[in-house]
Amino acid sequence: MSKPGVKTSHAGTPFVWIVKRDSVSRKQAYLVRAAAILGALMLGAALFLAMGHNPIMIYRDMLTGSLGRTLARTETVRIAIPLLVTALGIGLAFKMRFWNIGAEGQIIMGATAASYFALFSGVPGPYLLFVMFFAAIAAGGLWGLIPAVFKSKWNTNETLFTLMLNYIALEFVRYLQFGPWRDPRLRGFPSIAMFDQAARLPRVFGVHIGWIFALILVAIVYIYMKKTRHGYEITVVGESIPTARYAGINVGRVFLRTMFLSGAICGLTGFLIVSGANFTLSEMVTGGVGFTAITVAWLSRLNPAVMIIFSLFIAMLQRGANAVQTTFRIPSSAADILIGFILFFILGCEFFLNYKLVFRKKVK
Amino acid sequence: MTEVVRIENITKTFGTVTANRDVCLDVRRGEILALLGENGSGKTTLMNMLSGIYFPDSGKIYINGEEVVIRSPRDAFALGIGMVHQHFKLVDVLTAAENIVLGMPGGLLVNRDETAKKILEISDKYGFIIDPWKKIYNMSVSEKQTVEIIKVLYRGAEILILDEPTAVLTPQEIDKLFDVLRKMKDDNKAVIIITHKLGEVMVLSDRVSIMRKGECVDTVPTPDATVQSLAEGMVGRALSLSIKRKEPENATDKLVVSGLTCLDPTGRRTLDGVSFTLRTGEIMGVAGIAGSGQKELCESLTGLQSIHSGAVTYIGDDGGKTELAGLTPSEVTGKGIRIAFVPEDRLGMGLVGNLDMVENMMLKSYRRAKGIWVDRKTPKAAAVKLIEKLQIVTPGTAAPVRRMSGGNVQKVLLGREIQSEPSVLVVAYPTRGLDINSSYTVYDLLNEQKENGVAVMFAGEDLDVLLELCDRILVLCGGKVSGIVDARTVTKEEIGVLMTHLSKREDAV
Repeated sequence: MSKPGVKTSHAGTPFVWIVKRDSVSRKQAYLVRAAAILGALMLGAALFLAMGHNPIMIYRDMLTGSLGRTLARTETVRIAIPLLVTALGIGLAFKMRFWNIGAEGQIIMGATAASYFALFSGVPGPYLLFVMFFAAIAAGGLWGLIPAVFKSKWNTNETLFTLMLNYIALEFVRYLQFGPWRDPRLRGFPSIAMFDQAARLPRVFGVHIGWIFALILVAIVYIYMKKTRHGYEITVVGESIPTARYAGINVGRVFLRTMFLSGAICGLTGFLIVSGANFTLSEMVTGGVGFTAITVAWLSRLNPAVMIIFSLFIAMLQRGANAVQTTFRIPSSAADILIGFILFFILGCEFFLNYKLVFRKKVK
Repeated sequence: MTEVVRIENITKTFGTVTANRDVCLDVRRGEILALLGENGSGKTTLMNMLSGIYFPDSGKIYINGEEVVIRSPRDAFALGIGMVHQHFKLVDVLTAAENIVLGMPGGLLVNRDETAKKILEISDKYGFIIDPWKKIYNMSVSEKQTVEIIKVLYRGAEILILDEPTAVLTPQEIDKLFDVLRKMKDDNKAVIIITHKLGEVMVLSDRVSIMRKGECVDTVPTPDATVQSLAEGMVGRALSLSIKRKEPENATDKLVVSGLTCLDPTGRRTLDGVSFTLRTGEIMGVAGIAGSGQKELCESLTGLQSIHSGAVTYIGDDGGKTELAGLTPSEVTGKGIRIAFVPEDRLGMGLVGNLDMVENMMLKSYRRAKGIWVDRKTPKAAAVKLIEKLQIVTPGTAAPVRRMSGGNVQKVLLGREIQSEPSVLVVAYPTRGLDINSSYTVYDLLNEQKENGVAVMFAGEDLDVLLELCDRILVLCGGKVSGIVDARTVTKEEIGVLMTHLSKREDAV
């Protein structure tokens, strides 16, 4: 051992150290991110290899299983719709640095409100879908408003608060399913009745009309964030609450307004799911969309247009995993593992966009 | 005198920014070396490499003639190098002694008596006054600094680096600190003091190394230097170091503050019965030790601070009175009263670092647009005008403001506030972290506002500047007004006394 710190040879120099990078160009940044996704797929390939399968075959089958035939394509789009709409809703809150992880609950409440009118209201056919639409938006919005009220009045932690509200909503639906809303015609099987035709969304090009809703919503959210005073306020509050107060923005009001909108959009997802795809309400209504949409929102860096791409991409993975489930006997949760890898790599690559590692040079 | 530290051709870059380029420096035993340079000239970066915080890209460091590699603060300590950082690194809930031994090798248990004995030995030797068992959160800034210095000495440092140690001290405390540093020098230690204050260099140091834009441009024995020559070395060209001050013209009362009291969340009085009058066409300075209520005072005039009791009365041009206490910033604006505020935390409160210049101009104007849409055209035009008028250096109006230098950030903020044509302008520490040129631009802008008949309030920390720029100075001591003095006749020492001892001096001006 040499004296601490005294240089005897090159061995004193650290083997590797971290250096801040110059700002990278847009193109480079996209390349790094693409490399990250590729890296995640490679890691997934290693996993499949370890399970004794040929990863190339699996990826090929996933591709054909999600995009190959018309039926597969419509199915992929059907999975992407709720992901996209929910990501748009979550994105509004995230832009404000309000960590709304309560989309699950907001979707459930929206779905429940829509289902109530579908099942019990007796609203005449032509108006039923409109009523369901607005009921879902209102219910989701109010469910989203609760944590915002507590946050603006008592500065509660919204992450825990929204998470806990998910369980309340879930148990509420379970109560309805096993109790008052249980369909008596299905003896012994706890389930809620199927909707009438009037409560089902029409189809356009083979997929329920929700995809048009979703695309219109992308444009609306984009314009809202970029061009309106509300959008500007959300940005400022998200960047710095002291600055927002300094500029005379009523921070509490922005929280309330934005969380109502965020919840309302998630509530709309609930409507699209029950009325467009499931035609009934059950405790499984969300299928985890509220959480997967967080991934979509992050991968898209809260950009509404990019959310279209990533919601389709995640839907492809999920649909593809379903397809290979039978042929290769791989559990479809493999898709979730892959999504996890991708998120991990994408978030990890942000480090390499800002820093680089410098390795010790060879001694001359 | 023997050379203890030699730095050879050190280069350090952060991204595209070169913080240090081929810097050479030497420090000798038994001397005080002043490392002089403007903010951003690379002084602290250089010293951070000596104390193991950063690792140089290239270059060599010799300690006592031996080439060394300093990978961590631990390595630095092993070599007898200790640094007192500008922002103290102390654990608030621990005592002085606990902080001093924190991270030292040895068991989990602290030998209280022995530690205290050693601490008191060090304090006696150099003339510190310290209670080893006092908790940090009960300490004044100056006491905390003492703890930091003892911490370094306790570890046996022979080479002491102090980063801007006087920034937070009163004139009296600065004198005491300098006495301590001189004793260390007599004890044959090497002391490096990082500073940008020329006066301090002249009274304290033996030699001075001047840094400019990451390079060490000159090293001279202090007796051979003058304030003027040092300033020119720092800036790189000749400049005049005086602030013009005109007599206030038609000063009329604009803002009458009486009995203003504010509480912090724990119920402590951050402002206690503050009363004064702000007049048009004058600059009123606010002096005090850091945390004496300056922030609360500025914020309560602008509606950002909730006021416990007292009144802030605005007097309009027609003599009409409006009570501002209890109003929010948007309510104040809504009444057509234009109070502009340049807060201390520029990128955390006055501006949004990640947004571009246009969006930052919008902070003040977006509300005026009708309908739901934001108006970007007007603020964009305003931004372009500002860039031209204040010669702001920026890649364009679409670049995030955090990318700009400190001086340009301040020009954006101050420029935006002045553009709102205020009748009262409150500025807090507007030149902190700015280079000399930008600082003088700020002083000129404030003087221009004063001549336009704006009532200006200026919270500052550099007493020399307050004395040169202001007409009157309000001195705060523990949230109370300790005195309102005539800046033309008062001395620095008198203000120092008012800052630490509550009195009731009021000059008739």
